[in-house]
Amino acid sequence: MAIITPHRQLGREGTDMENIAGNPNAPLYGIAAEVSSASALYHAAEQVRDAGYRRWDVYSPFPIHGMDQAMGLRKSWLSALVFLGGVAGLATAVILQFYPSSIEYPLIVAGKPTNFFTVPAFFPVMFELTVLISAFTATFGMIILNGLPRWHYPIFSWDRFKKVTNDGFFLAIEAKDPLFNQESTRVLLEKIGARHITLIHDDD
Amino acid sequence: MAEDMAHRPPTRRRRTELNFMAEGTAVMDASSAAAKRIERAPLVTNNRSMSWISDRVASCTEQRCPRWWWIMFTCTVSLAVVSGLCLIYLISTGVGVWGLNNPVNWAWGITNFVFWIGIGHAGTLISAILFLARQKWRTSINRAAEAMTLFAVVCAGIFPVVHVGRVWMVWYLAPVPTNMGIWQNFRSPLLWDVFAVSTYFTVSVLFWYTGLIPDLATLRDRATTKIRKFFYGIGALGWRGGNRQWKHYEMAYLILAGLSTPLVLSVHSVVSFDFATSIVPGWHTTIFPPYFVAGAIFGGFAMVLTIMLPARAIFGLHDLITDDHVDKMCKIILLTGSMVGYAYMMEFFIAWYGGNLFEQYAFINRATGPYWWAYWSMIFCNVISPQLFWFRRMRRHVLPVFIVCMFVNTGMWFERFVIIVTSLHRDFLPSSWNMFYPTWVDIWTFTGTFGIFLTLFLVFLRWLPMICIFEVKAVLPEADPHHGDHHATPAIGEGGH
Repeated sequence: MAIITPHRQLGREGTDMENIAGNPNAPLYGIAAEVSSASALYHAAEQVRDAGYRRWDVYSPFPIHGMDQAMGLRKSWLSALVFLGGVAGLATAVILQFYPSSIEYPLIVAGKPTNFFTVPAFFPVMFELTVLISAFTATFGMIILNGLPRWHYPIFSWDRFKKVTNDGFFLAIEAKDPLFNQESTRVLLEKIGARHITLIHDDD
Repeated sequence: MAEDMAHRPPTRRRRTELNFMAEGTAVMDASSAAAKRIERAPLVTNNRSMSWISDRVASCTEQRCPRWWWIMFTCTVSLAVVSGLCLIYLISTGVGVWGLNNPVNWAWGITNFVFWIGIGHAGTLISAILFLARQKWRTSINRAAEAMTLFAVVCAGIFPVVHVGRVWMVWYLAPVPTNMGIWQNFRSPLLWDVFAVSTYFTVSVLFWYTGLIPDLATLRDRATTKIRKFFYGIGALGWRGGNRQWKHYEMAYLILAGLSTPLVLSVHSVVSFDFATSIVPGWHTTIFPPYFVAGAIFGGFAMVLTIMLPARAIFGLHDLITDDHVDKMCKIILLTGSMVGYAYMMEFFIAWYGGNLFEQYAFINRATGPYWWAYWSMIFCNVISPQLFWFRRMRRHVLPVFIVCMFVNTGMWFERFVIIVTSLHRDFLPSSWNMFYPTWVDIWTFTGTFGIFLTLFLVFLRWLPMICIFEVKAVLPEADPHHGDHHATPAIGEGGH
């Protein structure tokens, strides 16, 4: 990559057509770049983290082990949601079974009592509903926490980014980041050896 | 040099060479020599790249539909239609069109139900239990095995629904308030079964779909037509592979695996409660839950191999589903088959030791009564034939593996037939004893479910990635973030860790 000069022009009329994606007249989303491998992405993430950026992400075809630490991310709190889901499932099963069986329609089978002391016979349904609601919470909680479903995302307008689901490793720093500066961010990306540094604009 | 060797499939000779070199050369330090000694065979052979994996798996859905697919699809759809017609005949006439009689009130219908639901268990074992056990070889077989789970549960679900006779009253099973003011007996294993099987199916769908999202994004990004882009785009939900997404994704996957593990053990346990909580001799045993679960995994792995070996051969996926994978699955078949054999012996022991005359008769009648041929077929197929897998050569050749798997498939159906029919046909009162003979409706309904199963599987092969693309990439050596760093020892088998 060439040395950056402050007056460098970026845009469709510029020298390097590849360096911009999206609608150039729309607001800037951020700067994205590609690195060569999973380990390069890991080390790049450590440097971006140490530079103090907040609104950025690394993109890879598969989850990279240890990347959360390299990015300085904390553990996902999806597990807390799932715990609540499990409690809701268990409560549903308790009400669903004991209201009819003990209050509404006590059904005496083989002379067994219908009160709470026969609770082991109610365990299977409690277990199943706990698992069921927890699993729904895990899947849909993950989708919602990830901001999905969504049809489009600014970085999708960069053609090269299609490689991310094949063998490409990318990172993108958003313009909304307080430290974001078109030039200094670009210099940082160059320093960590990223290639194909590209300005990503929104589409409209 | 060391890097180069880490990628090659280490044959036995190469391993010894490596050990020899490690001991004899001063260049290698002690830690890397130790690492070499416990090096494992690579999970993806021939040093394939990430894009090769994407291409190879995705192209199964992208290339023109091969002729063999249409031929097989036509056959399986025809079989499925036969099953459908038999079901229509059954529903419009009554369960009397099956060969049921008074002592044998459950026969093929419930046999088929337990057979199919058991097959599903291997898929969940591979996707959940092996995931928690960090068995990374599961990555290239879990997608197809999970699909198999879903399709097997679909086939299984047919039988309990239609065996009630008046199918339009099946909703009585659901605990909903009605103007009749009648509620279900929540302490009945049959009701537990409704909850267990429907939960199992739903959670399996969620687990399967969660695993599919990143791969659907791969198909979306490769799509060349508008239609593919649209449908795979919808399926991928806008997945973009950011680590902030992977973080939640991995947590969700871990939780789903953690939930599915006790779930899969509970499902076949609850199925076995249908029998074990009754007082019928031959059913009323406490060994049933673990015995049923082991048998389910056993039969399921055989079915996974039965459908994966042809699929692997047709699509040329030998670098992803290697002989090592087949070898490991054979070992699981050997283990669970031996557990099942142990359970068969223990049932006999307890019948003798328990001193209950009816129980003793039920077991002697199983082995020597009019259904002796079913019992000994079961013993041969389930206990004796898998013993072939003690030999490494047998585990590494496709033909013996396939033959044993066909035996196991047969044997596991016979196991359920033996448990259900031989226990019922001679109950407490000799005056009510009766033999069971299947009718053509019994036979064709069951045969037809293979059509339903295989049709669904063929559709899956054609439109969805049959191997989990992103997980296979993650077990490549270059997926390790410390790959190429000098202090790391990626050779300790597991790639990513």
